[in-house]
Amino acid sequence: MIEILVGLAAMSGLTAVLAALLEAADFWFLDYGEVVVSINEGEKEITAKGGGKLLDLLADNGIFIPSACGGRGSCGLCKVRVLSGGGMVLPTETPYLSPEEAKDNTRLSCQVKARNDLAIRIPSEYFNIKRFKARVESLANLTETNREVRMKLLDPTEMNFKPGQYVQLLVPPYKGSPESVSRAYSIASGPEDKSSVSLVITRVPQGLATTWVHDILAEGDEIELSGPYGKFHLRDTDAEMIMVATGSGLAPILSILLQMALAKSHRKATLYFGTKTTGDLFYTDQLKELEGRLPGFRFVPVLSNVPEGETWDGETGMVTDPIKRKLEKEGGEGKEAYLCGNPFMINAAVKMFMEYGISEDKIFYDKFG
Amino acid sequence: MENPVLSAQMIFFAAVFTNNILLANFLGMCSFLAISRDLKSSIGLGMAVTFVMTVTTAINFVVYYYILVPLNLIHFRFIVFIIVIAAFVQLVEMIIERYSPLLYMVLGVFLPLITVNCAILGVSLFMIIREYSFIQCVAFGTGGGVGWTLAIVAMGGIREKLKKAPVPRGLEGPGITLVVAGLMSLAFMAFSGMIQMQ
Ligand SMILES: Cc1cc2nc3c(=O)[nH]c(=O)nc-3n(C[C@H](O)[C@H](O)[C@H](O)COP(=O)(O)OP(=O)(O)OC[C@H]3O[C@@H](n4cnc5c(N)ncnc54)[C@H](O)[C@@H]3O)c2cc1C
Ligand code: FES
Repeated sequence: MIEILVGLAAMSGLTAVLAALLEAADFWFLDYGEVVVSINEGEKEITAKGGGKLLDLLADNGIFIPSACGGRGSCGLCKVRVLSGGGMVLPTETPYLSPEEAKDNTRLSCQVKARNDLAIRIPSEYFNIKRFKARVESLANLTETNREVRMKLLDPTEMNFKPGQYVQLLVPPYKGSPESVSRAYSIASGPEDKSSVSLVITRVPQGLATTWVHDILAEGDEIELSGPYGKFHLRDTDAEMIMVATGSGLAPILSILLQMALAKSHRKATLYFGTKTTGDLFYTDQLKELEGRLPGFRFVPVLSNVPEGETWDGETGMVTDPIKRKLEKEGGEGKEAYLCGNPFMINAAVKMFMEYGISEDKIFYDKFG
Repeated sequence: MENPVLSAQMIFFAAVFTNNILLANFLGMCSFLAISRDLKSSIGLGMAVTFVMTVTTAINFVVYYYILVPLNLIHFRFIVFIIVIAAFVQLVEMIIERYSPLLYMVLGVFLPLITVNCAILGVSLFMIIREYSFIQCVAFGTGGGVGWTLAIVAMGGIREKLKKAPVPRGLEGPGITLVVAGLMSLAFMAFSGMIQMQ
């Protein structure tokens, strides 16, 4: 009997000592107290509990830094300049930093831990980024894999975005996805209505966010998003535009076209929209209508795969094929390129544009993925 | 409780070469196979194992001979050793997270793997069976870790070379890795018998 008691007591004692040790360590080592983050030379100052990621600390205090990966360190969009207190650059950051950025103390804010007072600098547009509550007004399946999500903004009620920019959708935890995640989606609607936004979301097999949008989200649901983010938008010039989209990459381009229609633009613009089959085309009626409203605009669908028995008198092959023929004839000088969609397409197209003399600073793109 | 046969230096040498815990006892195989894809992670994991093995062997020695033996509780040794190792790893993780972000980046992802590394538990249990003194234990723990590191770093180097080698399709990946592990074990068998360690 006594032996059993001694055994129990000794084991409990030992476990208790170790537990106490870990509790103490948690208290001593992982409590960083309050830290002060000073933004743009004191333009704004935040005092918050330290220890977490700088990206999250800023977001909790109403300052949203772009991020497409939700803080996993895999998108490279969450750059800020950390002037003091950031510690050393981590190996996870170096692949995303150019030599100039490394020199001027640019860091990935999702990798910097706020463990002491920090001084940072961010572009002033970031102050415009807000978190919104919205209600899903309509859901429409545009094709087998693309779904349009139209939402009404509830709080705040208006978003001042530049067509081409994107929002971050906050996906709550659901069965099969225990933590909330956020993902980037480009705005497809035009600038005339600032109180609602629509997105086009392509289903990715087993994708956390896209499965939620396609299988769980229902009309009338309340959701959260933040935005607007991104540097993909119309440049105010008269240059001829070559627009290239694949899949849901059409969304931000459509938004830009709607902006041009609103401004009654006469700019020359050709949109090449690459899909597999006619079944994957969407927004065709809207684009045809835009051809009527925009005198300089032409819409060119390019199918990579025309099933037997179907008639198609448009372009076929890779989306870059007809563009190559055009550039072969006219050359690329003086043109601007706007691309959105699949990263492989974008890499191939950017290379081609540069070969035909469109300079790198006239090529604008958002890679989805 | 002193093992009279071997000096501490001898035990260290034996643990590295002749009785390599990985290649002679086949302990700690899972992380050995999983993390040895390249040299850098092999070295990181090896360092973490060496450190944790050395310190936990020492702590477990004290706990065993000064708590479990006097209280007649040696039948608790498995669970006690496991708890001590787990708590120690957790503590180390907290400390390096706080004081060395760089070391945390290098070792951080590996530390949780070590909590359940059977080589580390194995070393603690062997030292009891072989009745080592404290100094012998520390030598054994460090040697075990260095030996494990030697094996995984060699494997990491070989696997880096393998990436460029024309491996038959059916053997790619785990297949060829297991074959290489087998050959390395054979090579280390050449040392066996030099030192008798039970
Ligand atoms: C600036 C920007 C704008 C974007 N705009 C849009 C948009 O308007 N519409 C839209 O549908 N998407 C858009 N994306 C992509 C979107 O942010 C998500 O990456 C995508 O929807 C997948 O999210 P998920 O959570 O469903 O998949 P995850 O759970 O993140 O991924 C599941 C698996 O699918 C793979 N995967 C991830 N993305 C893709 C992909 N695009 N194609 C194939 N495999 C993939 C992952 O590697 C992973 O293995 C945009 C991305 C960026 C960076
Ligand atoms: S948020 Fe994507 S890299 Fe930091």
